[in-house]
Amino acid sequence: MRNRFVAAAAGLAAAFFGVAGTAHAGKDLDAVRSRGTLNCGVGIGTAGFMLADSQGKWKGLSVDVCRAVAAAIFGDSEKVRYVPLTSQQRFTAVQSSEVDIVMGNATYTLTRDTALGLDFTGVYYYDGQGFLVPKKLGVKSAKELNGATVCVAPGTTTELNLADYFRANKMTFKPVVIEKVDEIRSAFFSGRCDVYTTDASSLAATRAANVPPPQTFDDYVILPEIISKEPLGPVVRHGDNQFADIVRWSLYAMLEAEEYGITSKNVDEMLKSDNPAIKRILGVTPGMGKALGVDEKWVYNIVKQVGNYGESFDRNVGMGSPLKIPRGQNALWTQGGLQYAPPIR
Amino acid sequence: MAVESLGSAPRVKVAPWNDPVIRGWVFQIVVVGLVGFLAWYLVSNTIDNLQRQKIASGFHYLEREAGFEIGDTMIEYSPASTYARAIWVGILNTLRVAVLGIILSTLLGTIIGVGRLSPNWLLSRICSWYVEAFRNVPLLLWLFLFYKLISEAFPGPRQAISLMWNSVFLSNRGVYFPVPMADPIHKWMGLAFLVGIAGAWLVARWARKRQEATGQPFPVISASLGIMVGLPALVWLAGGAPHHMSWPELKGFNFAGGTVIQPEFTALLVGLVLYTSAFVAEIVRSGILALHKGQSEAAAALGLSRGQAMRLVLLPQALRVIVPPMTSQYLNITKNSSLAIAIGYPDLVASINVTINQTGQAIENILIIMAAYLSVSLSISAFMNWYNKRIALTER
Repeated sequence: MRNRFVAAAAGLAAAFFGVAGTAHAGKDLDAVRSRGTLNCGVGIGTAGFMLADSQGKWKGLSVDVCRAVAAAIFGDSEKVRYVPLTSQQRFTAVQSSEVDIVMGNATYTLTRDTALGLDFTGVYYYDGQGFLVPKKLGVKSAKELNGATVCVAPGTTTELNLADYFRANKMTFKPVVIEKVDEIRSAFFSGRCDVYTTDASSLAATRAANVPPPQTFDDYVILPEIISKEPLGPVVRHGDNQFADIVRWSLYAMLEAEEYGITSKNVDEMLKSDNPAIKRILGVTPGMGKALGVDEKWVYNIVKQVGNYGESFDRNVGMGSPLKIPRGQNALWTQGGLQYAPPIR
Repeated sequence: MAVESLGSAPRVKVAPWNDPVIRGWVFQIVVVGLVGFLAWYLVSNTIDNLQRQKIASGFHYLEREAGFEIGDTMIEYSPASTYARAIWVGILNTLRVAVLGIILSTLLGTIIGVGRLSPNWLLSRICSWYVEAFRNVPLLLWLFLFYKLISEAFPGPRQAISLMWNSVFLSNRGVYFPVPMADPIHKWMGLAFLVGIAGAWLVARWARKRQEATGQPFPVISASLGIMVGLPALVWLAGGAPHHMSWPELKGFNFAGGTVIQPEFTALLVGLVLYTSAFVAEIVRSGILALHKGQSEAAAALGLSRGQAMRLVLLPQALRVIVPPMTSQYLNITKNSSLAIAIGYPDLVASINVTINQTGQAIENILIIMAAYLSVSLSISAFMNWYNKRIALTER
């Protein structure tokens, strides 16, 4: 009788304490592999970056990075489950393992990279915060916005930059803070606010896709001031360096592919290339995949299924899209931009 | 003594594991032990995991600069204030909408509930349509509707509708109206108002005693109002009647000066009041219908008018049935006010959510928000239970 009780108590205690041991190195990658899909947290919807189309298929530049990671791990860019998260949910969701990676257009900052227990693995888009105003307001510069009512999303660096900018310029403002992006836009377009502020990329997306008729694209202008640095990066948890490496190098692979002129169309011919760098990148000369712990054809799969960075940019936000955002800072370093990938060797 | 007399009672000898007293104790100790162990396990496991993942913990962040602006504050606040102050602003905003919501929905709900029982066919129909319409649509949709109505239907600030000789302005930025300039006399007027409330209470007590003794009624309501308004007015006159006003005027993008009731607050308050008063109306109606018909007949036989019968005979008795379910409605208003997040009213949830996102300390912040709602709700419950006891039928 007593022995059985002791055994049961020990078993119970073991069950409890067994749960306590979490976050071993490699655990996240193992979980993704055994699940067979990558859980990718995305924002609620920003045209060009992450937006579900009429068939419910997620598309955009941010979405493409998740697809690239899935292509590297599984050889199939479709093995992704997208989890829409508000800007307030996204970090908790990745901290608590609800998603493996957040592509929620999150700005890379020191606090987030450290105190939140998260890691940023690179920058897929160099953004900055701007202001969208109705043209009829006659404002030419953000310096003229004293006393304005500003629509802004809660819980973002945007909210802090806004307060900092107005404080630094000795101006005042009234914020209207609404959690859902749709509701903020509708408040702005109905005239509840004078100004809508967020990352300039999102402003371009809003202006291109969300202006309610009979108003048009041309009734709104983006002011010239960019008041912050907003490097947007993929976010993973602390603790699994191998998984973080795969996410980091999947993005670098897209950039390297663009730099060496490897596109989704010519990637099969490129397999026959004599250039040693291209042979290494595409796994013709093996070694890179093994070092990263994925299939040797990982870059081939990424480029074939997702495309290189330039292709993804043009298709989603660049000149091949309604957003028509110029490459600007997001051009490769060889073309005067900031996008620079360490060599794959 | 009592213990001894118990102990002296004859006891049947049983084995300790069959003794119900000992058994009861053992079970309770085991249950308390298990609950305690589970709590300890969860807390220590959480702390352990937070440390392992290097996530900051503790309440030190409350002292740090918040850095974000809040659109609607009752107390002094700027981005340079601390997180603690930002959360306090949120608590006050929640309380403001909850308290006003409770008062207004009680008034409106009582009117509608009594109206449904009116012999006037049209009035009772309108009241029952009202109840059905508001009770059967989710509150969130009402909030969206009112918010959209305000922001779409009213013009921008430059085309604002002006009322009362250009002193009140209606626009999609809210209602702007003039207020007296801050003056030290206001503090004394507030004090006089509190004295007035105490005076009104004394008058009501005296009037009741007199009516019980002599049968003569006294116009308590107008006398109380007179005291509550008259005393502050006297103080104001004695202080030299300062009448400098701050007038709203269009400056740049928006109005400056005066004060404003913002659209988010209006939409939330209107939504909460209209929705909850539908439930209150049903509670009031059921309370009145629960009374025996003889009560209203007796009141009529005594020569009381319908209004007097309702006010003096029916409602006081109906309150006994009404108060307990009403407590739940008051708690609902308080908790439903957290839907403010959907239309951008900066309540407690909004402050906490932003704080969570900036500091990453979800657990601490959720503890704060739970403690805040719990203490507000428990205060409401405590007050309503006290009131319920006071009006309960005293059996002799």
